[in-house]
Amino acid sequence: MESGPDNTKLTPEQAGTGSEGKGTPSLLVAALQREHPEWVREVITAHRETTIVVPREQIEAVCSFLKTAPDTWFDFLADICGADRGPEEEPRFEVNYHLFSTTKFHRLRLKVVLNEEDLHVPTVTTVWRTANWHERETYDLFGVIFDGHPDLRRILLPEDWQGHALRKDFPLRGYEPYSLK
Amino acid sequence: MSTTANIPPQFEIVDQPLDTQMTISMGPQHPSTHGVLRLELVLDGEMVVKATPDIGYLHTGMEKLFEYKKYQQGIVITDRMDYLNPLGNNLAYVMAAEKLLGLEIPERAQTIRVLTCELQRIASHLVWLGTHALDLGAMTVFFYCFREREKILNLIEAASGGRMTPSYFRIGGLMMDLPSGFERRVQQFLNEFPASVDEFHKLLTGNRIFQKRTQNIGRISAEDAIDWGLSGPCLRGSGVNLDIRRANPYSGYENYDFEVPTEADGDVWARYLVRMREMKESHKIVVQALSRLKPGPVKADAPKVVLPDREAMKTHMDALIHHFLIVAEGFDVPAGEVYHPIEASKGELGVYIRSDGGPKPSRVHFRGPSFVNLSALPHMAEGEMVADIVAVIGSLDIVLGEIDR
Repeated sequence: MESGPDNTKLTPEQAGTGSEGKGTPSLLVAALQREHPEWVREVITAHRETTIVVPREQIEAVCSFLKTAPDTWFDFLADICGADRGPEEEPRFEVNYHLFSTTKFHRLRLKVVLNEEDLHVPTVTTVWRTANWHERETYDLFGVIFDGHPDLRRILLPEDWQGHALRKDFPLRGYEPYSLK
Repeated sequence: MSTTANIPPQFEIVDQPLDTQMTISMGPQHPSTHGVLRLELVLDGEMVVKATPDIGYLHTGMEKLFEYKKYQQGIVITDRMDYLNPLGNNLAYVMAAEKLLGLEIPERAQTIRVLTCELQRIASHLVWLGTHALDLGAMTVFFYCFREREKILNLIEAASGGRMTPSYFRIGGLMMDLPSGFERRVQQFLNEFPASVDEFHKLLTGNRIFQKRTQNIGRISAEDAIDWGLSGPCLRGSGVNLDIRRANPYSGYENYDFEVPTEADGDVWARYLVRMREMKESHKIVVQALSRLKPGPVKADAPKVVLPDREAMKTHMDALIHHFLIVAEGFDVPAGEVYHPIEASKGELGVYIRSDGGPKPSRVHFRGPSFVNLSALPHMAEGEMVADIVAVIGSLDIVLGEIDR
């Protein structure tokens, strides 16, 4: 894919090299918004971090673009984690992708929000292989299904575990011992 | 965790008379899996065809527990994740919370954080070195390493009162200032430590058996290492010069003079050399931090978040009220979300905190370096001999308490 226009070229100083300071490339986000408005649903800047809310269908395309575009070069997927906003919230679930660049040292968070009825997200294991275990963990603890994942099994809890432990309506403690069925 | 009731299709036993492959289970009680890791190995003779890590034996639902505890109560949970680097976990967690609160940490507190964290990094690397050498048959090194580590644990105990679970850092600063005489004891350790590192080098680096067991074993290229999300010494062992202390400096690391050791080969030997050199760099940082210790406050000026001094509570009514409210009800953290990465002894330790306001977090997630580094194990192990699996696991320096959380 072609890179952004010239005025978005950043020196490492502009892009920010510290968590104290700029930290995230807000200029790049503006360029992305201009070029691919369909990819950016919302941009949140808070606590010196930038978050882009991405439509679910576009997440793989956005990730592979951000990974290879010379201005962004987010070649390192630091983390994927799910979050449950609570059973009464709509949309209820979100999946956060924490991106990092090993050469430009900037960070970016991508966010996908999901309704409870339809917990499907395209996998990004095709972009970064490290996504494999992060997605398995999110599936295990929240029940988010990553379409196209090569090996979507539970990872921390036993395979016959009932429910998804980090959902807000899952109890903290139970009074019956766990037994294998 | 797979069970007999539900065997994944790739592990179903199929009778094939001409098939020479064999599936064996390594762990979870195998001593060189450093805890309770189980590997499902498919072997062809002694060659590993497929390795599948099976984790979760130590899962205790810590991330769930955070949601039911006040922010300051979460600190003690973090100690129990990577139990070889508890101060690093404390630091990542409290810094994420401080980022949400927007607190400014006094300089003395930051210097003490750097000082103790670097001591902890040395202690963590010493356990790695001792157990890694023990796995490969060199038992003596283990005792030498634990002798040195004991000195560091004594220092951490002097500062915090805990050896393995210090919980020394608080949101907004430190639990308390360093005890008197601490600088002298650190100085004594610093004087002795370089000789010990030379001793380790004498025991291992020139040892031909150790070299044969580690060189050209478990190779991973720089591109693959980044793609698999490796971080810390494992990534630098593949020749990538990346250290969060340099890339996204925190706690004033940008003011310290230290090198980021890298080795190009990407094998077990390279990761060994990186960690050995890192111990010396940490020693350098501790020396600098010790010389920068100036008297001053160790807690931020935020009376609604930081517990007041005992003396102030006896004389000031408002200090007493703040103390009561912080302990009984906690403090409200503004709504928002942060991800704060630090360079822990094993790599990038990132903490994601999501707050809806109120005294308890809505979601806390730990990006454990061991978790991600272990996920790359199949890539490094496949094609190696079964005896070398032990060397590869040792070189990743995993702690199952953090992987399973």
